Amino acid sequence: MVSTNYPETEFGDLHRRLFGLRVGLLLVVGLLGLRLWHLQILEGPYYRDLSENNRTRQVLLEPARGLIYDRNGILLANNVSSFSLYVTLEDVKDREVLIQQLTGLLGLDPTLVRKKLAVKGSKLLPRKIKDRMTLRDATLIESHRLDMPGVMIQVESQRNYPGGLIAAHILGYVGEVSGDQLEKPEFIDLHQGSIVGQYGIEKSYDRHMRGMAGQKNVEVDAVGHEKKAAVVEKPQAGNDLYLTIDVRLQKLAEDLLGGEQGAIVALDPTNGDILAMASRPAFDPNILSRELTAKQWVEIVQDEGRPLNNRASQGQYPPGSTFKIPMAVAALETKTMSPSSTVHCTGGYQFGKRLYRDWKVGGHGYVDLHEALVHSCDVYFYSIGQRMGIDVIADFGKDFGLGRATGVELPSERAGIMPSPAWKQKVKHESWLPGETISAAIGQGFVTVTPLQMASMIGTVANDGVNYRPRLVQAVMDRATGNLQELPAVPRGKINAKPETFRIIKEALADVVTKGTATRAKSSIVTIGGKTGTAQVAALRQGPEENIPKKFRDHAWFVAFAPVDSPRIAVAVLGEHMGHGGAAAAPLAKEVIEAYMKLASQSPVVTSGLPAVSRHDERFLTES
Amino acid sequence: MIERLTEHRGLDSFDIRYVSLIVAILAIGVLSIYSVTQGQHNGLTPYYLKQLMWIGLGAAAFLVMWASDYHQLARFAYPAYVFILLMLVFVLFEGRTSKGAQRWVALGPFGFQPSEFAKLILIMVLAHYYSKAPRVGWLQRVIVPGLLVLPGLLLILRQPDLGSGLSFVAIYAAMLLMVGVRSQAIGFILLFGIMLFPFAWEGVWGSLHDYQRQRIMAFVDPGYDPGGKGYHALQSRIAIGSGQLLGKGLYGGTQSQLKFLPEGHTDFVFAVFAEEWGFLGVLVLLGLFVGLIWLSLEIASKAKDQLGALLAAGIVAMLCFCVVINIGMTAGMFPIVGIPLPLVSYGGSATIMTMASLGLLLNVKRKRLSLFY
Repeated sequence: MVSTNYPETEFGDLHRRLFGLRVGLLLVVGLLGLRLWHLQILEGPYYRDLSENNRTRQVLLEPARGLIYDRNGILLANNVSSFSLYVTLEDVKDREVLIQQLTGLLGLDPTLVRKKLAVKGSKLLPRKIKDRMTLRDATLIESHRLDMPGVMIQVESQRNYPGGLIAAHILGYVGEVSGDQLEKPEFIDLHQGSIVGQYGIEKSYDRHMRGMAGQKNVEVDAVGHEKKAAVVEKPQAGNDLYLTIDVRLQKLAEDLLGGEQGAIVALDPTNGDILAMASRPAFDPNILSRELTAKQWVEIVQDEGRPLNNRASQGQYPPGSTFKIPMAVAALETKTMSPSSTVHCTGGYQFGKRLYRDWKVGGHGYVDLHEALVHSCDVYFYSIGQRMGIDVIADFGKDFGLGRATGVELPSERAGIMPSPAWKQKVKHESWLPGETISAAIGQGFVTVTPLQMASMIGTVANDGVNYRPRLVQAVMDRATGNLQELPAVPRGKINAKPETFRIIKEALADVVTKGTATRAKSSIVTIGGKTGTAQVAALRQGPEENIPKKFRDHAWFVAFAPVDSPRIAVAVLGEHMGHGGAAAAPLAKEVIEAYMKLASQSPVVTSGLPAVSRHDERFLTES
Repeated sequence: MIERLTEHRGLDSFDIRYVSLIVAILAIGVLSIYSVTQGQHNGLTPYYLKQLMWIGLGAAAFLVMWASDYHQLARFAYPAYVFILLMLVFVLFEGRTSKGAQRWVALGPFGFQPSEFAKLILIMVLAHYYSKAPRVGWLQRVIVPGLLVLPGLLLILRQPDLGSGLSFVAIYAAMLLMVGVRSQAIGFILLFGIMLFPFAWEGVWGSLHDYQRQRIMAFVDPGYDPGGKGYHALQSRIAIGSGQLLGKGLYGGTQSQLKFLPEGHTDFVFAVFAEEWGFLGVLVLLGLFVGLIWLSLEIASKAKDQLGALLAAGIVAMLCFCVVINIGMTAGMFPIVGIPLPLVSYGGSATIMTMASLGLLLNVKRKRLSLFY
């Protein structure tokens, strides 16, 4: 042993102590091992669960909403991916710097961005600053994302209506399900943020197009970035709809109305298929399907033209002289008049103290039913109306579907009014005045109808009394099974009238166009039968039409069908404040009918069920 | 006796078992670092390559220490201590901040952590002090060396670096124990108190309310757990526990791979290893550490003089302390203090210092076998 300058005892003690250290070491390591055994073996399954929960999140997979096609398979509504820019204020360091960056990169209006960021609410909630970004802008933001904490780009499925304003009132629009809606049973399988139809077919066929949300388990890292995803349940896409409308005819009808307010409805009288249903002014469903600010919403709602109002199914107007058609049917069927019996029209009809004027000063002389319709003689109908009484008039009116909703697949359809003493007592708490029967006889007074009802009415006449429920959806493509389910036409009943009655009336209506009040609807390519109407807006009218302010001018009506021999289209045109039906409305109906006849001869598929167009055909409509 | 000693001259002292254990532990470290940082392409050199570089430097330090003479080295203990104290002062003013504490001195492109090297230097200072003369009496045995420890301890706690501070205390306590104090029981109690602290801690610590714990932790080591609410500790426990018996396999550790577990390549590397290799892997690693410490203790007990014995004992104590505290803290038995797992955790200063210490240990063994002192 090498000597040291230390006492032997101390150096020897060191060995003893080192031995103690060894014992201590084994003890401590043993305890560590015990602890790890406890963690990994005894509690291992528990911690394994915790680690699984740590890394997996359940994410809902939104289903693709069903597409909408017209009767020829032209796409009317689809879904597009859209980039939206969100800002989470919690993560933003300097708001002004961020606003400068965003405006610099995207050319946004700084005051607008500032305003959107200033909206009250949780700082943790991302605020949408811009939607429908271009891919270029989205990439630009992504590449600068690290410099702009709190900014994120979200890919969202956005409902898209390639046609813009075309068929807006039919299609409707979509939006986030509201809190009130979520409490209703029909929205039970939805969640906050789900997109549902809020108007039009989007609303009434929502359950078909909605689809079912799926679910995926996403493995995320500690900051929530997705690493791996496993789909547990695939989302079930919503079903596609094939509408009855022909978008070419629809567009024509809308263009014909142009800047005027009004509606045009065209349908196939043999099955109720609505071929076109135009209402002007219209809205852009693309804009309404986005998140609107309160101000934007107020602007749309307070627009004097009420663009959200579907005038075809929700607008209620006095039918004016078009009401003479059911009146004529009633007169013949009740044998109040024979086809040859006449009324002497002197330009007015005295009832009690009041003189009910004819539109023609001096009158029409002796007129039978045919001439009364062709020249729209008011006195003839005052006379028969008074003889039949209001209850008979109301019964026949209702038989033609007036005063009750047609049942078309659109939300908030209005019924109009087919008045009767019982109705007046119930609604106005007043008794019926005999003079009101005379007003009703020419479609004035309390009588109101929708353009859709009038199209259905003239279609029923054209179809010899057989009536079908007007419809917009002819088939549903089930995405799960791939089956195309064609919906059958829905018969609404038959008017109990002799064929002879309809023959006489159709003959008269044909003459209305050839030599009566609607010669401007006369077509060189097809025989048209129709009836003009002029619904009074203001009772007092003095001087020529041009001198009256527009809002007091009469509504122009024209109802028509063609061809007269075997009708295939029934049309109702209503132009608000456009004046006389014969002058303003009849030419529009003619255009629609001629266009339809041409289209029908071009593509025979139009009336024979569904065309063989690819379901994913993304043909876009172009505004011409 | 002489015959036996001559047989073991020269390279024979380069104990192959000892070196194998070190290499095995280092390999586990590199593997775990590689696993947890793979896929982190930030354009920089990958962590595992950098760690291999540190190991290379550490190997050089190991060989230098092994080849030198600890008696010569001990002479420079005081100047080295003064130098490292100056560095610790410097780091307070000029140091790089990381996780709320200033621990780093910039050294070219790399950071240099003086507190790590201070540990080894402190061992040398204390060993040198006790071996220079027979220190008798309370003043010479306890107080004076205590005063030697104090400036370094205070400077380190000021950073604040609770882990290194505790290591300082542990080294001092181990040295006291080795030289023996009047009542050896005191030394034992002190050392075992520190070693058993994790187990006692659970009782005391566990009885506190969350907010009390957070206050204490915020006081002791602000900024270590910025998320608060014991996030690190919980994620670390989940990582270890979810490894179960066989582990999730290499790269399979979801806790660490998905960054739920922070500091997976440094202080919490043990949790990464435990998650991916399970309890069996943990037993292997613990076995390797026990083996290394066992052999080191043998060297200490066979040292030919007081200086060698004290140096060896100090190094072993430091190694033991770091291993136990690190594993204890990742296993949730102990509050989280920043102590890396020796030879396993990523880190230049710690790796080089640990390997240099082990080289010095082997030097003690080599000198024991040297005939011509």
